[in-house]
Amino acid sequence: MAPEEQGALTEAVFYILLALHQPLHGYGIMQGVQELTENRVVLGPGTLYGALNTLVEKGWIEPLAGPENSRRKEYVITERGKAVFQQELARLEELVRHGKLVQRSAAHEKARD
Amino acid sequence: MKKRVIRFFTNYDKEEQWLNEMAAQGWHLMDYVWGRYLFQKGKPGEYIYRIQLLENPIDHKDSAAYLEFLEEAGIETVASSLRWVYLRKKAAEGPFELFSDRESRIAHYQRIILMLLPLAIVNLLFGLRIFSDDSAISVLNLAAAAAMAIPITRYRKKIAKLERERLIRE
Repeated sequence: MAPEEQGALTEAVFYILLALHQPLHGYGIMQGVQELTENRVVLGPGTLYGALNTLVEKGWIEPLAGPENSRRKEYVITERGKAVFQQELARLEELVRHGKLVQRSAAHEKARD
Repeated sequence: MKKRVIRFFTNYDKEEQWLNEMAAQGWHLMDYVWGRYLFQKGKPGEYIYRIQLLENPIDHKDSAAYLEFLEEAGIETVASSLRWVYLRKKAAEGPFELFSDRESRIAHYQRIILMLLPLAIVNLLFGLRIFSDDSAISVLNLAAAAAMAIPITRYRKKIAKLERERLIRE
């Protein structure tokens, strides 16, 4: 993977990739992410639209060929997008593991005192 | 009941704030043409208004695709002026912000600056009588350049503030 594809994803991109493990249109992504995060992550339509176009350009997601005259464009994650998502998940797991390690040793110190 | 108001704004965020104050009083923007705002009386606070500068002119296919995308999300295009669009959403359907992260907010401010800057420079050059000797017109050019310099400075400050935050938080 190119070095520029190894940095942390933005929260918006992470949740868009997550949501697009099943085909969805733009509004469906907004609703899905909002429900999943219990209203913590509300994607602005301007932000989402820009992100979708960038992700299509990068080949991480692709628009589905919908029925003729369909105004609602559906998107789905690509293999490349899935690889990026898996890599990000591993990075996040590492962060959590390290965070918990510090938390545990702090609790341990406290118990000894 | 309808009413027409003539006003000029140099900052779109002030304009947006004013439209939302009007909407809170029940005056909902119906149309906008060159400084003339047409309002219709309705239920106070029924709509939330937002203004956006698009990347392309309103009749461009990418703009049409974006506005259709907004329509799906319950956002109505009330009026447009050059690349500016006036949008609204029913307040009952929840909060309405076009941008939810720092990057897209910065990109929007930068787009506005990129549109204003060449106009400000051309006006400044005419204002300094580099191309013509007509002093009456050059005063107008200087005034126009100043009117554009104010929002440019303001948006630059906003971008700088957002960029400082970027060092710490996504």
